Amino acid sequence: MNGITNLSRRAVLMGLGTGTFILAGGLGLAAATGALAEDAPKKYGGEAMPGGVKDDPRLFVAVAADGTLTIICHRAEMGQGVRTSWAMVIADEMDADWAKVKVDQALGDEARYGNQNTDGSRSMRHHFQALRRIGAAARQMLAKAAATQWGVPVAEVTVDHHSLVHAASGRRLGFGEVAAAAATLPVPARETLVFKDPAKFRYIGRSDVGLVDGFDITTGRATYGIDVRREGMLYAVVARPPVHGGKLGHYNVDEALQVPGVLKVVVLNSAPLPSGFLPKGGLAVVAENTWAALKGREKLKVTWEDGPNASYDSAAYRAELEAAARAPGQVVRNVGDVDGALKSAAKHVTAEYYIPHLAQAPMEPPAAAAQVTGDKCEIWGSTQAPQTTRETVAKVLSIPPENVTVHQTLVGGGFGRKSKPDYIAEAALLSRAMDGRPVKLTYTRTDDLHHGFLHTVSVERLEGGLDAKGKPVAWLHRTVAPSIGATFTAGVKHEGASELGMGAVNTPWIVPNLRVENPEAESHTRIGWFRSVSNIPHAFAVQSFVAELAEAAGRDPKDFLLELIGPARQINPADLSDSWNYNEDPVAYAYDTGRLHGVVERAAKEAGWGKPLPKGQGRGIAAHRSFASYAAAVVQVDVDTQGKLTIPRVDIAFDCGPVINPDRVRAQLEGAVTQGVSLATLGEISFKAGQVQQNNFDTYQVTRIDTAPKDIRVHLMPATQYDAPLGGVGEPGVPPIAPALLNAIHAATGKRIRSLPIRDQLRA
Amino acid sequence: MITFTLNGQAQRFEGDPEMPLLWYLRDVQGLTGTKFGCGEALCGACTVHADGAPIRSCQTTLGDLSGVAVTTIEGLSPDGMHPVQVAWRELNVAQCGYCQAGQIMSAAALLKDTPRPSDEAIDDAMSGNICRCATYPRIRAAIKRAAGEVQRKTASSGSAK
Repeated sequence: MNGITNLSRRAVLMGLGTGTFILAGGLGLAAATGALAEDAPKKYGGEAMPGGVKDDPRLFVAVAADGTLTIICHRAEMGQGVRTSWAMVIADEMDADWAKVKVDQALGDEARYGNQNTDGSRSMRHHFQALRRIGAAARQMLAKAAATQWGVPVAEVTVDHHSLVHAASGRRLGFGEVAAAAATLPVPARETLVFKDPAKFRYIGRSDVGLVDGFDITTGRATYGIDVRREGMLYAVVARPPVHGGKLGHYNVDEALQVPGVLKVVVLNSAPLPSGFLPKGGLAVVAENTWAALKGREKLKVTWEDGPNASYDSAAYRAELEAAARAPGQVVRNVGDVDGALKSAAKHVTAEYYIPHLAQAPMEPPAAAAQVTGDKCEIWGSTQAPQTTRETVAKVLSIPPENVTVHQTLVGGGFGRKSKPDYIAEAALLSRAMDGRPVKLTYTRTDDLHHGFLHTVSVERLEGGLDAKGKPVAWLHRTVAPSIGATFTAGVKHEGASELGMGAVNTPWIVPNLRVENPEAESHTRIGWFRSVSNIPHAFAVQSFVAELAEAAGRDPKDFLLELIGPARQINPADLSDSWNYNEDPVAYAYDTGRLHGVVERAAKEAGWGKPLPKGQGRGIAAHRSFASYAAAVVQVDVDTQGKLTIPRVDIAFDCGPVINPDRVRAQLEGAVTQGVSLATLGEISFKAGQVQQNNFDTYQVTRIDTAPKDIRVHLMPATQYDAPLGGVGEPGVPPIAPALLNAIHAATGKRIRSLPIRDQLRA
Repeated sequence: MITFTLNGQAQRFEGDPEMPLLWYLRDVQGLTGTKFGCGEALCGACTVHADGAPIRSCQTTLGDLSGVAVTTIEGLSPDGMHPVQVAWRELNVAQCGYCQAGQIMSAAALLKDTPRPSDEAIDDAMSGNICRCATYPRIRAAIKRAAGEVQRKTASSGSAK
C-alpha cells in the first residue's frame, strides 16, 4: 500500500533494538493529563480536549543514522495541509533540512498522542506551541549529545541545518551521527527550552515548502480509506432505512444472492433514537467486488418500518420554523429594552432568512475497511476522529476500545462528515459477520446524501430599529434550528451554547438594546457538523441584515458595518452571553473588535470599495469572527439581463494571528470562498415523507470550475508575534461569503434574496 | 473475451462485459488512483483516457473496451513527471487530493488537443470534474502553466499530435 504507511513505520519506531531510529522510545511516559484537581484552574484550548496535548519529542520525532528525520503527525490530513504544516514547525525548530524530512501518520491512540480529533479548525491553533516545544527539545537533545561527544560545553554547540557545529574547533556532526547518543538523554524540561528566533525561521511563515503528499496525490499513489486493500478482502454496501429512526421490515434476499460474486447478505441492527454515531442498520450485501455488491443490493426486496420521522417534509418544516420565529422564544441574550426601543424607533425593519439542510458531500464518500480477529479489530479508514472511531467500533463489537487499532488514511474530504464513524462501525460488524475476513464498506454518493449527518436547517428572523438619524437603536434576532445535540440526546430542542456562540449571541454591535431568542425546533434527521457549522446561517442572516439596515438608514453598508462594530476593544465573550468561545480562554481569545474592523477595512480597500462598476455589477461586504479568527469578504457580482449570475472577483481579508503555512492558509480561504458560493447558489437537501430528495450531484449540485469565482484574492493580515494566540483556518473563511454575495446581488440588482439557495431566483 | 491494453499492457478479460471499468481498475487490478465519486458520470473523479480521450470509467463497461488503449493516472507518465503533474505540484493545487487524479487526466487530455486553452476551453473541458475543496483557481493556473510546457515538449519531440 502506498501513501500513508503507518503500520510498518510504527513497528520500526517501536523497535529500538534495530538501532536505526532514535528519539522514538515513547515508552514509560508519564501521562500528561491526570485527574483534574478540584481547585485546578479551568483549562482551555488543546489542554481542555480529551487526551490533551502531548509534547514529548520521543512520540513525534525519530532520527535515523543516515539523518532521515521522521515526524509523526497525529492529525487527519483532509486537505488542510496539516501533514505539511505540522512537520514544518518541528523541522524548523530543529533547524532540520526539509529534504531529509519524512512524515508518517500516527495510529489512533489518544492516550499516547493526545487529542486527535481533527475538527473545529484546531490543529495548528492547539498545537503550534507544542510542536515548537517538540522541535526545540529534540534539537537540544541532539546538541547535548554532540557536546558530550566533543567534551565541550553545550552552550558552545550551535545547530545549523541538520548539523551540530562547534565553531571554536570547526567541528561538525550531522543529526544522524549523534542520534543514537541523543536518544539516551532525558527530555529537557519545558522551562529549559530555548526557542528559535523567528527571524531565522526557514519554513514557518514561508510558502516555499511543497506538500508532503503532493507527489503521491498527483500520481495516483495516495491512499484514502476507500482505496484500502487487504489480503482476502471482501466488499460491501448497505441498504439502510431511508427514514431516520426507521428499521428493516420484510425482506427477501434470494435474488441478491443469485448475483455472481455476492457472498452473503447480513442483517444490521438499527440503533434506537437518538442514535448518535451508531449505524442506521439495514441489509448489507457482501461480495467479491464493489460492483457485485452494488448489483446485489439492487436485487434486494425490502420494506422498511419508517418510525417517528416518516412525515418529515421540508416545506412543512419550514413553515413550522417560521411560525416559531414569529413568536417569542427562550431568551439567550438581553441588553436594554428591545421592545420599547423598537416601538419608539423612527424606522422598524424586519427580515426573515432561510437556509436549508446541506450535505458535506466530500468527494471521497465515507468508506473504511475493517478486520475483526477474536476480540480485536483493525480499522483502515478515512476518519477525522480516530478516538471516536475506536469507541464506536468497540461499542458495536462489545470489545474494549484499546482492542481497536485505527490506521488513519488520507481523508478524501471531510467537512465534518467523517467526524462520525457510523460507516466504520458498519465495516467492523461486517468483518465479524464474515468470520473475520477483512471487509471494505463503501458508501455510494446516494448513500452519502441519504444517510448523512446534515447541516442544520434554519429560519433566522431579525428586527431592527433605527432612530431619526439612522442610528441603530434596537436589534432582535430569533434563531430557530434543530440542534446537533438532538442527534445524541433525546428531547433537545434548543441550540446549544456552541451553536449560539457561532455568531447568534456574540455580535459586538454598538446597539443599546439587543436581544437574541432561540425558540424551539424539533429534529427529524441526523444533524451534524458541516464546515463552519452554525456560523453559516447566523452570519448569513446577521450580515445580510446589517446591509438591510444600512439601506434603510441610507448609509453605505461598509461604513454602517464599521459603526456597528464600533471602536477597537477587547470584549470578554461572556459579556456577549457567549459562554463557549470555541473553548478558548476568554481573555487571551477575547472578541477583538479592532481585528474585525481591520479585516473589513482591508477587504474593502483591496476590492476597490466605492469605485464605480459597470451596469449590472455590484459589490457586497460581510465580516464574521469564528473559530477565533476574523474574516471579511467583498464579493463582486455581475447579473446580466437574463438573470445569469457570475462572480468576477472575491477579496477576502483574514486575520488568524500568526500564519504558520501561508500557502495552505491561502488555499483554505480560496476553497472556503467557493464552498460559500456553492452553498449559497446551489446547496439544498430537502425531505419528503421522511426521505432525502437528492440522489447525486445532478440534484445536489455543487459549484464547478465554470461557475466558481474567477478571481479570488486572499489578503492575510500581517502576523505580529509567533507567541500570540492562533486562530483557526479551515472554517472561518466560509461564513462571510453567502451574505457578501447576497449583498452584492442587492447592490447590482436591487433584489434582496433571503431564502437560500439562490438557484434561479434571479431569472426573470 | 475482451482484449484491450491498460497502461500499455495487454489485457484479456473473460468476466461479465457489463462490469464498469472503474470497478475493474480498482477492485480487480488494484489501480486505486482512479476514484469513485458518483457512479453516474457526474463528478469526473473516475476519469481515464481511452485512446487518449477522457472518459468516465464508471460509465464505461469492459464490453466497450475491445481494442481500446486505456491509460489511468498510474500510467500517465512513468515517473510522475508529465507536465500537468509537475505544474500541479509546483502550484500545490491539491487540498484533500481525492479528485485530483481525475482532474489531471482531464487536463492532460485537454492540453493534448488544445495546447493553449482559453479560459472558456478550460471551463468546457474541466467543468465535468468536481472538486469539493474548490481548488479551481489553482487548477486553472496549473493548466496554463503546463500549457507552455506541453507545447514546448511537443515541439522539441517533433510529434504531430
